[in-house]
Amino acid sequence: MATTPAAGQRRDRSRSAPAPLPAPGAAREWLATMLLIRRFEERAGELYAKAKIGGFLHLAIGEEATIVGAARALRDADYLISTYRSHGHAIARGTPPEAVMAELFGKRDGCSRGRGGSMHMFDLGRRFMGGYGIVGGNLPIAAGFGLSAELLRTDDATLCMFGDGASNQGTFGETMNLAALWRLPVVFMVTNNQFGMGTALARHSAVTDLQRKGESFGVPGVRCDGMDVADTHAVVGDALARAREDRQPVLVEAITYRFRGHSMADPEEYRTREQVAEWRRRDPIALWSQRLVDERVIDEADVEELDRQAVAKVDEAVAFADASPFPAPESLYDDVYVLGDQLRGWYSVDERGPEPHRGEREREMPAEEIPAREIYDRHAAGPHEGADERPADEAQDAGERAHDGERDG
Amino acid sequence: MAVMRYREALNQALREELARDERVFLMGEDIGVFNGAYKVTAGLLEEFGEARVRDTPISENTIVGMGVGAAMTGTRPVVELMTINFSLLALDQIVNHAAHIRYMFGGQVAVPLVVRMPQGAGHQLGPTHSHSFEALYLHVPGLLVAVPSTPADAKGLLKSAIRDDNPVIFIEHEYLYGQRGDVPDPHDGEHLVRFGEAALRREGTDVTIVGISRMALTAARAAEALADEHDVSAEVIDPRTLRPLDLDTILASVRKTNRCVIVEEGWPHGGVGANLAALVGEQAFDWLDAPVGRVTGADVPMPYSKPLEQIAFPHEPQVVAAALATLRDS
Repeated sequence: MATTPAAGQRRDRSRSAPAPLPAPGAAREWLATMLLIRRFEERAGELYAKAKIGGFLHLAIGEEATIVGAARALRDADYLISTYRSHGHAIARGTPPEAVMAELFGKRDGCSRGRGGSMHMFDLGRRFMGGYGIVGGNLPIAAGFGLSAELLRTDDATLCMFGDGASNQGTFGETMNLAALWRLPVVFMVTNNQFGMGTALARHSAVTDLQRKGESFGVPGVRCDGMDVADTHAVVGDALARAREDRQPVLVEAITYRFRGHSMADPEEYRTREQVAEWRRRDPIALWSQRLVDERVIDEADVEELDRQAVAKVDEAVAFADASPFPAPESLYDDVYVLGDQLRGWYSVDERGPEPHRGEREREMPAEEIPAREIYDRHAAGPHEGADERPADEAQDAGERAHDGERDG
Repeated sequence: MAVMRYREALNQALREELARDERVFLMGEDIGVFNGAYKVTAGLLEEFGEARVRDTPISENTIVGMGVGAAMTGTRPVVELMTINFSLLALDQIVNHAAHIRYMFGGQVAVPLVVRMPQGAGHQLGPTHSHSFEALYLHVPGLLVAVPSTPADAKGLLKSAIRDDNPVIFIEHEYLYGQRGDVPDPHDGEHLVRFGEAALRREGTDVTIVGISRMALTAARAAEALADEHDVSAEVIDPRTLRPLDLDTILASVRKTNRCVIVEEGWPHGGVGANLAALVGEQAFDWLDAPVGRVTGADVPMPYSKPLEQIAFPHEPQVVAAALATLRDS
């Protein structure tokens, strides 16, 4: 991963010139990762329409530069924590696309073992500390990572990403205040994609200059062009250096846009096609590949090759997810608690039998005797029941969008 | 043995665990310079310093959430909420995060967090400051719930809670802070009380009375009255922890006495007693000679006025009456 600029070399934020290009290898890798996220998200949308993926699905198409630029400013030991829109964050952090896709499929080999789904990706080994389903819920947790770094005297910084909508939650102000008060090494990054679900920024936030929202709590703000991976990388790198070395938490606002709806269940009646088209002209992948071609870092053929590789990786991820088994029924009660000498089990009750059990009973039973085995088998056999119950416009929306020509964009 | 107050026993537990494991730290509102709203943390700031005894702003959800994040990354936070009433502000972090993170992330991470807070009525604090919420937290898989009623249990359970790798909701009681009791001397070895082991407070043969939190004391006094005034031999059980629950001890007692009364300070619907009565009914139906009785707080927000407040949570006479009712019905 790219290294953080040293304190003495912090970038002048006068913004007169574009951020300098990184080394050719890094420039190429950023493009490859953005393409991988784009192709991954497109395929996820298609598979959602085919009911291979359940629940909600929030795609980050359009936000790839924000994700990759920020993630590449981190050291390996730094913590990244994100939201329910986090497939790309996991991939950028190095989680294999296979594990992310398997998680979307609810499979055993998913990065959260099929317990979390789209909104709750996690990869401790790569210090991707999770997608979180509650808007604003991840901010205090991020500050907790910073507190651990403080108490354990490590050099690890935390990057906490959240959306513009989360800046209205109580946890935003509470966490800014505490992080500044205790001088925690945390960078807060608001991914301003212009909408809190379907409510436009100006309709949900009195202050629309979001980088300023931390000022009164003692958290200075900076802004980056979230459609420009190099600018995002430079600004987040500066912010991480301030957090790490000066113990000054910083709020970074990334100006970006999601080209798809909030989730697959979004008819998008709150914005115009013209606005979407306008933003698509600043497609972060097109911008970056064009710059690299213009500056002769790569050529058009390289871009096409990287794209082919991205599609191939997604193909492999889908094949892997398809082949992975569902988590075994006897694993239902695994990991509710850490069992050990102090806690050997707990009394619980559920609908599967009249007798209370201690949570571990399933593991001791022959598989065929597991209560509800028949229901499990039925759902493991094919698309789940809930698939037919999706609103018609949603399924239609997903189907149409899967063919709206984005692959050429 | 040493005689000490419940709050002193808790203080001793915190002091011992802070000294034993440098990953342990405390945070909460007014726990440092002010020494704690109920003085449980008295003297700890002086002894362990500002890094490990941290006064926080009034931001309950964020304090607990920071505890969750810190617990996920190698430390062992003990968060004090001034009272359980304020834990409602932190429910998102307690339920959606502390309790679920290990499961929803496939077991990759643990959350060794303790959230301590007192509950209970009787101080004329009105509807927003008198809650008893053990049933609320008992409801949530992923949490451990402790409800110590004696100084010895307060100390032994808190030490066990801090050493456990699961998130623990540690429910103290405002009334109990000043109560005295015997606590094993630290020089005689570590005093740890294991979660999931009920205490038999009094042996008896006619009726089993299960008392939760402060109501374990009320149940014990009721048992004395039953013996003295009604010639009834009551067995009194204090579960001490509700998650995990030592149902076996309760069932063994019910199979002996054939009658059961559950006493709690919280509301009746969806309460600890409702849950326990169902479990006893499912597990020991054939041994029961009477319906399981419940004595609970009144189904109202807690009133301020002293006499009204006093009849809105259980006292010995109601417990005695409930026990006698199980004997009459048979």
